[in-house]
Amino acid sequence: MAATQRLPGQISRGQAILRGTVLGIGALVFLFPFYYMVIGSLQTSPDTSLAGLFPNPANITGENYVNINERINLFTGLVNSGIFTAGVLIGTTVFGLLVGYALAVLEWRGRGATFALALLVQVVPFQLLMIPLYVMIARDYGLGDTHLGMILPFAINSTAVIIFRQYFLQVPKEMFDAARIDGAGELGLLWRVAIPLVRPALVTVVLLAFIGPWNEFLWPFLITKDASLQPLAVSLANFISNVASSTANPFGAILAGACVLAAPVVVLFLFFQQYFISTDIGSGVKG
Amino acid sequence: MSSETLGRPAGVRNPRGTTPPRPGKRPGIQRLFGKHPLGVLFSAPYLIFVGVVFAYPLVFAVYMSLHDYFFAAPGAVVDRPFTGIDNYVTALTDPRVLRSFLNVGIFLIINVPLTVVLSLVLATALNRVVHFRSFLRVAFYVPYVTASVAVVGVWLFLFNGGGLVSTLLGPLAPDPAWLINPAWAMPTIALFVTWKQLGFYILLYLAALQNVPNELYESASTDGAGAVRSFFSVTVPGVRPATVLVLLISTITGANLFTEPYLLTGGGGPNGASASPVLIMYQQGIQQGKPGYAAAIGVVLVILVLVIALLQNRFVGGREEK
Repeated sequence: MAATQRLPGQISRGQAILRGTVLGIGALVFLFPFYYMVIGSLQTSPDTSLAGLFPNPANITGENYVNINERINLFTGLVNSGIFTAGVLIGTTVFGLLVGYALAVLEWRGRGATFALALLVQVVPFQLLMIPLYVMIARDYGLGDTHLGMILPFAINSTAVIIFRQYFLQVPKEMFDAARIDGAGELGLLWRVAIPLVRPALVTVVLLAFIGPWNEFLWPFLITKDASLQPLAVSLANFISNVASSTANPFGAILAGACVLAAPVVVLFLFFQQYFISTDIGSGVKG
Repeated sequence: MSSETLGRPAGVRNPRGTTPPRPGKRPGIQRLFGKHPLGVLFSAPYLIFVGVVFAYPLVFAVYMSLHDYFFAAPGAVVDRPFTGIDNYVTALTDPRVLRSFLNVGIFLIINVPLTVVLSLVLATALNRVVHFRSFLRVAFYVPYVTASVAVVGVWLFLFNGGGLVSTLLGPLAPDPAWLINPAWAMPTIALFVTWKQLGFYILLYLAALQNVPNELYESASTDGAGAVRSFFSVTVPGVRPATVLVLLISTITGANLFTEPYLLTGGGGPNGASASPVLIMYQQGIQQGKPGYAAAIGVVLVILVLVIALLQNRFVGGREEK
């Protein structure tokens, strides 16, 4: 049999076919809803038959995008999502980088405890914090319906802190010592030596810190009642649960909004997918 | 580490003497904060953040759950009487709350095993693939990186009464349709979340598979083990730490369920058959203005999750041999 001749690690043709089939079906199941989302958003009237799987020139329209934009201002939604995401992104990269550097390179009292805290924070479930955070931020601080209130609970992503730490740990200590001998101050060291060396971590963190708030629903939903301040995920969700049934083609409008909401992250992900590496994020979660 | 740095004569490594450590320069600060006091400064914003957003609310949640807490104007001094375990008693005798815990139990029983099996099988297949690697990776991760609210739209379209799935299944489709059928609403949500999150767990398993030594596969192959056999006797034990992690994260994510029942089944319908505890917390705590009651549900939920996680760790984590 062929199986006895093959080298370890090689697989037989039958297994290769099986694996290809599994992966092919998997990819189809994963991608199909996205294809269907785009097709559905362009249909004049929803076609749920098999024929509806293919674009039908007689049934194509951009009308759904106009309709959804009349009900929820897509541009305002995108701007609010952008501000929310940018706030989290800036907080996470600036402060996350500083803590990651301090945890990996500097020696100071409380370093171990801070690292343990960063690990612990990741297992605290949001459902327990949701109500007290709402009371604090919306009621006590009066930050309901503000961008700051949206950003605050996500301002520094602890997974990013761990990822930065892991990367800084991989930089040989001698590089820092050499720069110190050359008279570099600690801030100069961070800016000129450390950051250029951890650029891949920076991209991974930016990707993570972008995807999280852009897709976040529950928290901004709780804290924004004013439609002009809602991120797109929240205004689209309100459209789905309250308004959709009053439109002529509710599915078309929902799917058009969904395409607008999904597009920025999917495009960003396609460009930077090689930085979405298993080992980085795995180490970030596992610590 | 510290003994090495203390023992090092300052002049040898710093011939020009431009940088610390120079004994006697800042002894107070260094004695208090360690060799690099700057580390404390760099970490201060994060520590304050954790204190404000995690530590304080955590304590506040427990405090609230033990009091008759109600919303008042900011700054107003009001009396919020201590009520002991009243909120907990009310929560645990409320049929809607009990139903929501049952629902999340159904969700976890479907979602967690499905997630572990599918993500491990797909990661194993993906790990050794040569062609279309990037394409496949992107295909599996895309649902994970896309907003739940966006993909919920497609699932509503696919699974409504006249949707494509029912059209394809014809008479086999349940009536009433998936999301408005009390028996099918929660399984459909569990399926949705499995599909949506699977990419992340594939990512974790791919990382873990890099740590399984190739020699193990080679010796299994020498011993005559086929692909299936070596999957069960090499891969599965080799990625066990990752399995523990996947179980933990998928359980926590499942207990946090909110967006899907809120949008897919119009707020936990039909008749509460897909309501999740977090949905009830939102309705009771924020819509009905009973945050103390909602906080009590939250505390119970977290305790249940902790118990499940400990049990998982005991049975799957197994005896770690060093």
